[in-house]
This record gives sequence, C-alpha cells and structure tokens, in this order.
Amino acid sequence: MSDNNGPLYRTPTLDPDVLEQWSSYVERFENDSDFIAQQVEQGVMVTTLDRLVGMLDGVYNWGRRSSIWPLGFGLACCAIEMIATFAGRYDLDRFGAALVRASPRQADLMIVSGTVTKKMLPQIVRLWNQMPEPRYCIAMGACATGGGPFKEGYNVVSGIDKYIPVDVYVPGCPPTPQALIHGVMTLQRKIDGQSIRDLSWYRRGEVEEIPVPVLGADLIDLRRLPEIRGQLTPVAAEGDGAGEAGPAAEPAVEAVADDTEA
Amino acid sequence: MTIQTDVETAVLPAERAARAATRFGEKVRVDDEGAWVVEAASLPEVARALRDDFALDYLINLTCVDWPDRFETVYHMASIQGGPPLCLKVAADKAKPIVPSLTGVFAGADFQEREVYDMFGVRFAGHPNLRRILMWEGFAGYPLRKDWREAYYEDDNKPLKSRWPEGDFFFGEDKIADWDDNIKYPSGYQAEGVESSRADDNIVVLDADELHRAPSGSERLIVNMGPQHPSTHGVFQMRLTLDGETVVDLQPVMGYMHRNHEKIGERNLWLGNMPFTDRLDYLAQLGNEWGYALTVEKLMGLEVPERAEYIRVILAELNRIQSHFWSITFLLNDIGAFFTPMMYAIEERELILDLFEMATGSRLMCNYMRFGGLAYDLPEEFLTMAQTLVDDRLERAIDEMDAYLSGNEIVLERMQGVGVLPPDMAINFSTSGPVLRASGVPYDVRRAEPYGVYDRFDWDVVTRPEGDVFARYMVRVGEMRQSLRILKQALRDLPGGEIMGGKKAWQIRVPAGQAYGRVENPRGELGFYCVSDGKANPYRYHVKSPCFVNLTALAEMTKGHKVADTVAILGSIDIVLGEVDR
Repeated sequence: MSDNNGPLYRTPTLDPDVLEQWSSYVERFENDSDFIAQQVEQGVMVTTLDRLVGMLDGVYNWGRRSSIWPLGFGLACCAIEMIATFAGRYDLDRFGAALVRASPRQADLMIVSGTVTKKMLPQIVRLWNQMPEPRYCIAMGACATGGGPFKEGYNVVSGIDKYIPVDVYVPGCPPTPQALIHGVMTLQRKIDGQSIRDLSWYRRGEVEEIPVPVLGADLIDLRRLPEIRGQLTPVAAEGDGAGEAGPAAEPAVEAVADDTEA
Repeated sequence: MTIQTDVETAVLPAERAARAATRFGEKVRVDDEGAWVVEAASLPEVARALRDDFALDYLINLTCVDWPDRFETVYHMASIQGGPPLCLKVAADKAKPIVPSLTGVFAGADFQEREVYDMFGVRFAGHPNLRRILMWEGFAGYPLRKDWREAYYEDDNKPLKSRWPEGDFFFGEDKIADWDDNIKYPSGYQAEGVESSRADDNIVVLDADELHRAPSGSERLIVNMGPQHPSTHGVFQMRLTLDGETVVDLQPVMGYMHRNHEKIGERNLWLGNMPFTDRLDYLAQLGNEWGYALTVEKLMGLEVPERAEYIRVILAELNRIQSHFWSITFLLNDIGAFFTPMMYAIEERELILDLFEMATGSRLMCNYMRFGGLAYDLPEEFLTMAQTLVDDRLERAIDEMDAYLSGNEIVLERMQGVGVLPPDMAINFSTSGPVLRASGVPYDVRRAEPYGVYDRFDWDVVTRPEGDVFARYMVRVGEMRQSLRILKQALRDLPGGEIMGGKKAWQIRVPAGQAYGRVENPRGELGFYCVSDGKANPYRYHVKSPCFVNLTALAEMTKGHKVADTVAILGSIDIVLGEVDR
C-alpha cells in the first residue's frame, strides 16, 4: 500500500483535533501492516475502485453468462437445428442457455435462426426493441448472416445485421448443433470481457430503439428515409441528391413531374 | 425400373377421353402433350363436369406459366380412386389476365388462386377473397412474371457471368443494386407519410363502431396469433375472430417465410435447384429431393438403377419416421405435454439423422439425389446400423410412445372430436397426406400412382374414420409402423449394382416439355411442376406444397371451437413454414 504515489485518502476539512487523529490513523494504515490485518479482520476491505469494479464485473458476468435465456423464436430450417441443440443429445442447458422464453421481455438472447424476410423483419425488429438490456444476438446460419442461398430473393433481407447489432455469427447452412454450442460459448467469452463501466445499459438515459421498418412498395428502412425521398422525389433530385440518383430514379422524376402538371 | 415418360399416362383412358371430347365439343382441345386446353369462359363448367361425371374429383395442383404471348393457368385434377392426373390449361390475355375462379367447384383452389394472383397478377373472377397471400398488399409488381426483375438482378439465368467461368468471386449483386441493398422502388413512388401509415396488413386495427355486439352479448374480438407465437410452428399468423372464447372466423396469414424459391429456381441451373429443395420442407429433405428428381427424370426420360431406387425408398421412409416423430411430439407439446415426449422423440430422431449424415454427409440438408440416381453409394456400415435401428430400436420407441401417450386421458380429451373434417370436405379442400387419410380417405400417392419401387412392397395405407385431431395423430403413428415394414423389406431386398443411370454429362440437357411429378411426403402430396424450354434452366418451376393447401381447410376445422383448440388443430395439420411459404 505504501508503494502508492498519491495519498490513499483525501483528507476532509475538519477541525484540527479530528484532523490530527485522522492523519495518525492514515499514517498507521500506510505503515503498520498488522493494523491493516486487524482492520480486515474486522470486516473492512480496502481496495482500489478498479479492483472493486473488476470484482463486481466478475459476479455480474458470471450471472449473465450462466443464464442466457434465449427467446423462443424460430424462423426457418436453422430453427430445427436450434431445437435439436436444446433437446436431449446436445443439451444446451449445460451452458445455462436453453431456458426458452416465450416472451421477449424475459429473454436475453435472440438467436436469429433462419432466413430473414422483408415481411417478417418489422416483427423481428419490434421483438428486439421489446427485449430488455442486457441483450445479445446470435445470427445463426448463412441466411441470418448475409442472406445465404436465398440472398438474391426479392423478399429476403441480406443479413439481420443491417438492422440489429449482432454479437456472434455462426456459419453453416444450417449450422450443426455443435456449431451453435460453439457460438453460445463464444458469446459467453464475450460476456466475460464486459465491464459495467462501459456498457450502455448502466448509463443514464434510455437505450435508443431501432425504428421498425415499414412495408411500402418495398421494404422501407426509416433510417434511410431522407435518402430514399431524395432519390425518388424531384426536388431533392435537382438539389443535392442529383449525383447519387441511380438510373432507376430518373423515370421517377418524369412521372412525378407529369403528376404535378396534371 | 423404367420411369414412364410417355405422354399417354397424362391423359384419361382413351374411351373416357373420347366421351369427354364429344361432350365438350369446341370448348376443349387436346394439345400434343396430352393436356386439355379449355376456353376460359367454360372452365368452371368443364371442371364441374369432370368432377361429377368423370370422377376427377380431386384438384391436386393449380399454378400458372408466363409465356411470351399469354398467361396460362394450369390445373391438375386426379381421381380420388387413384391414377395419373389430367392437366387442364386455360390461356389468359397478357395485358388483362382474367380467368374464372374454380373456388365454386373445388374449395381447395382458394389459396392456390390467391398465390397465382400474388405472383402473376392473374385475376380470378368470382374468387371470394382475392388478395395477396405471400407478399404484402402494396408490394410493387408481380414477382414471377418473366419481365419482373428483383433488385439483385444480374442475368436471366445462372451461371452468372460475373462469377463464372473465370471464377472471379465477388458479391456482384451488391454492386448492381441501386440502393446497395436488396430493395427497389417503382418509378413515381413517393415515400411520403410511410412512418404513420400501416402499409402491411398484418395487424388489424378496428374502429369502435366495428366492435359490434355479438348475439350472445359478448364482444367480437379480433386476435392476431403469431407470427411470433410458440404454437404456430414457425412464422405463421392466424387472425381469429372470437365471440368470447369461441372462434367465429379464422384467417391464416402467411408469407413470413416466403423466400422466393420459385423465382430463384427459375434462375438456377436444373441441378442447382436440388439443394434448394432440401430447404422446402426441412423435416422431409429426401422426400423433396426425390420429388424434384422424379419430375426432371420424367422430362429427361431417364432410367434409375434398381439399387438407387431401393436406397431412395430406404432414405425416404427413414425420413418419414423422423418427421412423424417430430410432428407427433410437437402436437403433444401444443396440447400441454410440454417438452418431455419431445425430448424422447428427438433422441430417436437423432439416430436417424446420424444415418443421414453417414449416407449423405449432412444431417439436415442432404443434397443426395441426382437426376437418374444418387450422388454416391451408401457406406458399408450404413446397412448394419440401419438394420439394427429398424429391427431393434425404432419399433420399441414407437410402441413405447404409443403406449404412454395415445391412451392418456388428457390427450383423448383434448384431441377427440376436435377439428373434425368430413371426407367429402377433405377431398374438396384438396387436402392430402395424414389430414386426408384421417378423414377416412385411403389416398396415398405411393398407392394411387406408385413411383420408384413402392409397388413391390407389402404395406397398408393407414386410415381412420373420425377425421379429428386424434385420428390425424393415430394415422401418423400407424404410418411410422408401416414405414418400418417397408424399410425391413427394402433393407432385405436391396440389390447391388450401379447407383447412377444414364450417360455422365457435364451439362444436363432437359428436353423441352412439361411434367408434373408427385411424391408422398410426410405432410402429404408434394408436387413439382416443371416446364422446360430446352435451355439450361427451368422455364417454370412450381412447387405444389401439401402444407399450403392443407391450410385451406384450417378455417373450416376451427370454426366453433375454442381458442385453445385452434392450437391443437394447427398442430395436427403439421405445417412446415418453409414449404407453406416457399
């Protein structure tokens, strides 16, 4: 303890008598190892803030990593392998991660198991928004990761990570149960490295919701709405968005112009 | 074993055809492939006459082909007594396609016509509820039209120039797409006010005036069950109108797993579709592959060696057992036997998946069958392991499950008399598989139009007369036992020899023509309708999904029952969403 450069305690402004008592106390604390042992025996533990947070992190992370409750949420073929992973032979419960919750409010982990379609995407994003922090997302299989074999399909979203932050990607089509278990273990390792100091859910303010996409003529990502309008409407196309407007937007300009004249 | 390829099989027996021809006169013309080309206006009349007077009472498939000069709706009708189907074709105008609806004749045409409307924009005059079914209302364009292009469109056909033959691998689609993403908007589209509008029809919002009082005095309530719901077996929505706890009306809403199988299939090479068929009904992979292989073999006129046929039977029947294990215990799961039966069943299922992995290299997505045979022969250990499993293990497991569960009081209470579907309705709704057989109709494609070597085995078609949820459950249990019977004979008789027929070729040449091939999958009759124009890709590739058609009868089965029973009824139909939505 005496090796520390700065003072261990900041002495408060008190009346001189108390201050003197206090200083002698601190002096003894810094020099007399027996005194420290005595204090510790009395149930007082002295440590640095970093170490304290570190110990707390350990407890928090242990709790979280050992009871990752997934949302009962199956999309496609991968869901079959996911259920097989929960079931007898592979038994994901050994990792504390097979207590499937029917409600997103009780779930910590969303395993996006299968092809994400445009029609389903608003519901997925809404479910994600409904899950309380801390929450994690595993993109299971090729489809959830990047569209997979169905990527070119007109109703397929090329990967859930365009909308939801993904923690672990599990490759495969579909991934075997072993691969999914490895994904969960990877997530556990990731949780072990987290600290309550830098996680958003221990900070002030609410976690921002992801805007739920809208199904219009095609999928509309509300975060890209200004860009979409800029490319599709004539006003913005003449202004700043003219250079970006692709060939598809050009007939749009004419059509809209016709409408306004009529 | 020769697979019959002559077009005669697709026609009615000669004298019947002659009688029919005199009866319909000008309205019907038989084309050179044996299909009947019917005038649009007289379609319902012809269909009704075929149903009532010529015993073609079972509509098995309804789809559409987009030809350069016309839309052509295609109907396949068969007799419930068995025999090959008759193909009807109706041409519709390219600019304003309208065809009379068949819903008045066959209730099973309902969803299939909606699907054709959704994908091709062909309107069916007289359809009671002609709305989109797989895509959402407001989606721009009709995707399966040949001139409609997806955002990631690169070329009409694969292999794509950007990646082949130089082997240059990059994500061509990302460079091509206008929005660096898989989206496109029609010209003139204005994204104004989208934040507040509900463009999707997924959620019903009722006005206060619509909440009128039902006769019993309780409020009519609309409940959206799904698409995220533990009992819907995937992403499927039931929109229930309730009077208290009783279901007054039910509307299935689907398309949440619509991943464009047919559009992608028409861009793919013929063989390139084989792995995609695995992902249709992902609990019956090998059955799907067989159906597709069978259809293309019909087109190509290929012979399949005997050994390959036997191996196909072995794998397909193993597949049926594992699929029924899954569906039975998930039905029990739905009615409250939570997870325990499932855990036991999945244990047995894993053993069968081990065999699949051994034979094909993959547990789930096998990609094992080829046109004219199989990709590779079975490993040596397969037969001994399969033999042990079939002789010792599976039979006991089925008996055990049957003994513990089928007589259980709660099971009987929840299942008996629930969701009754009378036989005439089951036929009229075009249901197939266990749903049809549980209504007392002994129709099984393996008997009705035997494919492969099924005519060599001694087995029974399992039926039950009741038509309720319990009957469907018991039919599945019975079918597992019959599959074991077939397996024992097939394993005993498995011959040696080649596993691949025909000449080896780098590029598969499929002669121009059309074929409808069908197999009996665990969930019912899976059909593939393929049209070839002689090129490297299918011109039209349609999958007739048994689950999708069986769902047509769901509303009829649930009306008058309680909400909790809808869960059991849906479980007894046993849908797999990958196949419902494709």
